Amino acid sequence: MKSRPIPPVGELRAFAPPAFERHRLRNGLDVVLVHKTGLPVVDVQLVLRGGARIDSPELAGRASLTAELLDEGTLHHSALEISDRIEFLGADFDLRVGWDASFLTLHGLVPRLGPMLDLLTEVMLEPAFPAEEFQRKHEERLHSLLQERAEPRLVAVKAVSRAVFGEQHMYGWPLAGTTTTMRRVDRPSVTDYYARGFAPDQAHLVLVGQINADQVLRELDQRLGGWAVESAAPPPLAELPIGQRTIYLIDKPGAAQSEVRIGHVGPPRQARDYFPLLVLNTVLGGSFKSRLNMILREEKGFTYGASSAFSFRRAGGLFSGGAAVFTDNTAETVSILAHEIARASQDGVSGEELERARRYLALGFVRTLETTSDLAAHLAELVLFDLEETYLQTYAQRIARVTRDQVAQAAQIHLKPAELAIVVVGDRARVLDPLQRLEWGTLVEWEAE
Amino acid sequence: MRIDLPHTRCTLPNGLQVIVHEDHAVPIVAINLWYRVGSKDERPGRTGFAHLFEHLMFEGSANVPAGQFDELLESAGGVNNGSTGTDRTNYWETLPAGALELALFLESDRMGSLAAAMSQEKLDAQRDVVKNERRQSYENRPYGLAFEKIHTELYPPDHPYHWPIIGWMADLDAATLVDVNAFFNAYYTPTNASLCVAGDVQTDHVLELAQRYFAPIAPAPAPPPLRVTPTHLPTHRLLTLEDDVQLPRLYFMWHSPAIFTEGDAELDVLGMALSQGKSARLYRSLVYELGIAQDVEAFQASALLGSTFNVVVTARPQTDLAQLAARVRHELQRAATQLEQHEVQRAVNRFETSFVDSLQTVGGFSGRADRLNHYAYYLNDPGAADRDLERYRRLDPDGVAQAARQHVIDAAAVLLSVVPRGQAGRAPREAW
Repeated sequence: MKSRPIPPVGELRAFAPPAFERHRLRNGLDVVLVHKTGLPVVDVQLVLRGGARIDSPELAGRASLTAELLDEGTLHHSALEISDRIEFLGADFDLRVGWDASFLTLHGLVPRLGPMLDLLTEVMLEPAFPAEEFQRKHEERLHSLLQERAEPRLVAVKAVSRAVFGEQHMYGWPLAGTTTTMRRVDRPSVTDYYARGFAPDQAHLVLVGQINADQVLRELDQRLGGWAVESAAPPPLAELPIGQRTIYLIDKPGAAQSEVRIGHVGPPRQARDYFPLLVLNTVLGGSFKSRLNMILREEKGFTYGASSAFSFRRAGGLFSGGAAVFTDNTAETVSILAHEIARASQDGVSGEELERARRYLALGFVRTLETTSDLAAHLAELVLFDLEETYLQTYAQRIARVTRDQVAQAAQIHLKPAELAIVVVGDRARVLDPLQRLEWGTLVEWEAE
Repeated sequence: MRIDLPHTRCTLPNGLQVIVHEDHAVPIVAINLWYRVGSKDERPGRTGFAHLFEHLMFEGSANVPAGQFDELLESAGGVNNGSTGTDRTNYWETLPAGALELALFLESDRMGSLAAAMSQEKLDAQRDVVKNERRQSYENRPYGLAFEKIHTELYPPDHPYHWPIIGWMADLDAATLVDVNAFFNAYYTPTNASLCVAGDVQTDHVLELAQRYFAPIAPAPAPPPLRVTPTHLPTHRLLTLEDDVQLPRLYFMWHSPAIFTEGDAELDVLGMALSQGKSARLYRSLVYELGIAQDVEAFQASALLGSTFNVVVTARPQTDLAQLAARVRHELQRAATQLEQHEVQRAVNRFETSFVDSLQTVGGFSGRADRLNHYAYYLNDPGAADRDLERYRRLDPDGVAQAARQHVIDAAAVLLSVVPRGQAGRAPREAW
């Protein structure tokens, strides 16, 4: 075919992210509404501040079990009846706990919004936590934790948090807990968490879809406006630990690959350099063209893909990354990962990398404004982290204004090569020697979980 | 509610099908290309090749230097990917609308001139990546080798679904540059492809650009038709696999009607009715009431040359697997004799929501652009979404139960038991 020039990219057409309305119900519950035209799909998300961070390490996993038990029986309906109702409405009902909040998300078709709100209200306000359902879900959790021990990726992900935050800090424990902590969780401890973790003064309700705002507000006020519970002050988090270079090796005899993960303490969501950090991570491990993926996948062929990410939370967070690599490439992967973190921390990013990452994030932002679930997720983030109301409108500009110096500074402050923890889940017989020969930090051997 | 996906469809003189769907809600555009080639077109000894080839499509072409494909797309704020199935290979880009021409340039350049930029180095590098994909997604994952083991038993060695899409490790090693060029020339032709553009675009403009970028690509003869002998499983088969797992798992797999043929939607709904939600029969009985299983899933996996109906049930550590299998059988038999209207309606309602939901987005692996190409490929009618949904809406319990009897109860299955290492003795000794 004859040669042709690469066509230029046209300007982004002016586009305003959908506006939202914010109201308070008579009990103070914060309601955020977005009217969105298009397909008759609606997302309702109840965001309850608290989440796993207000739990205690010795009961890790309790918060998520509490959330999962909400729809396992109420004062009026059995677990089976509720499940049948959700399915018959054709709805998805997701009960999830994060570090800073619990999320009750209903997703379905607009004509069924009324019954969906009834359901949400009932499980939120009148859960019964029946003893036999507690017993069943508790057993199910213990078995799923057992099952996860066979999943090298999950073993590695959990081990990174444990390595970075230790056992004193809540963040060192998996959201789903461990078999040890879950054995301590009983029904009274769940009802206790429910009383502390689910209150309207700590809640936001986000609703996105083809809706009539006035009508929806009336319906919400009828159902949730009388909900009057005061939340207790959350317990303080333990102090964030300071790490030191350590490799944690977990044996998986005969494994075809090693799951290699790195991590250290990261900045909170409210960090002033949040936008430079997004640009930094896009260059480091947050996109296909990122350094980690280019080196470990495209240049070396060690892996199907490598990545990194900042997990931002209200208080502190986690920086982590890694790849699943062929066993023979384990030690070299460890040294590449450590080297790349040190290099980025010292030198920041190049002008070309900065430009590509800024364009990728700023121009690509519009792609994340398409579905009701996309918008609900953005608004949940906005309310949970107290972001300014113009956040969606100004996101692209703020990315576009990030400078190379700001990225370099953010990298220097927030990448911590001297505190890096490295987890390897792989065939000890084949990787131990090469890892020891690296002479990189201390090497500690761990059991899974 | 009627699902309408208005579109314009035409065919360029070189045989390339072009489909355009306008939606101006958000200023993005989705480009989606289907090539009518998949692992079904491979031959024994070169399994996994269609997928390995898909990887090479991102490594540059005559006017796109190596590494530039992703560089250009990321710099335009776009994301892209591709996937290989048994029946087809698809590629997509989702971008701000202003980058439409860039994406068409990139897609046309690789369709027209990938071979011109191919090299042994590129092949070797992506071979390593794909071998690591096989290790990561199958070999080093609990239960990861289950489906490929069942398929080798369900289909005879010369059937195109006998081998896994990811391929056998030795075959990946055997692939050569000669194979790459031959595959490209045979299957990556405008005649064998369909381009769909959906989003914030003007149809005339898209057609003009499609003409400009794709029309110069030379036409080629259609690939040779596949000759497939219909296959049938005469008797139940039992398989056992020891794996690094904590909980044993049983897989039942039956041959079932091909995608969009009579019985396909029925079995799809049967699967949902049996396993979706706590009140679904299989879940309720095995997990909720008896506590002998950790989870259970029943589903129809639809495909061109014939589908499969599957029941996958994860046991609790101490569960007697023969009893578990018997219980699965019992519940299937009950469902095949009397299924309630309520159960079918519940499954259809749930299906309708997820169906409408997937159409919220124009791009990606299952958005509108991919859906238009999907219907164009299987039904020769890009706008068949509502017709598809109608297949489900009109189902009644008798039809679903009848399909269950014909294709499940009265048919033979492969039963694979995946058990923790050293526990092969726990596998059931009869399949049905």
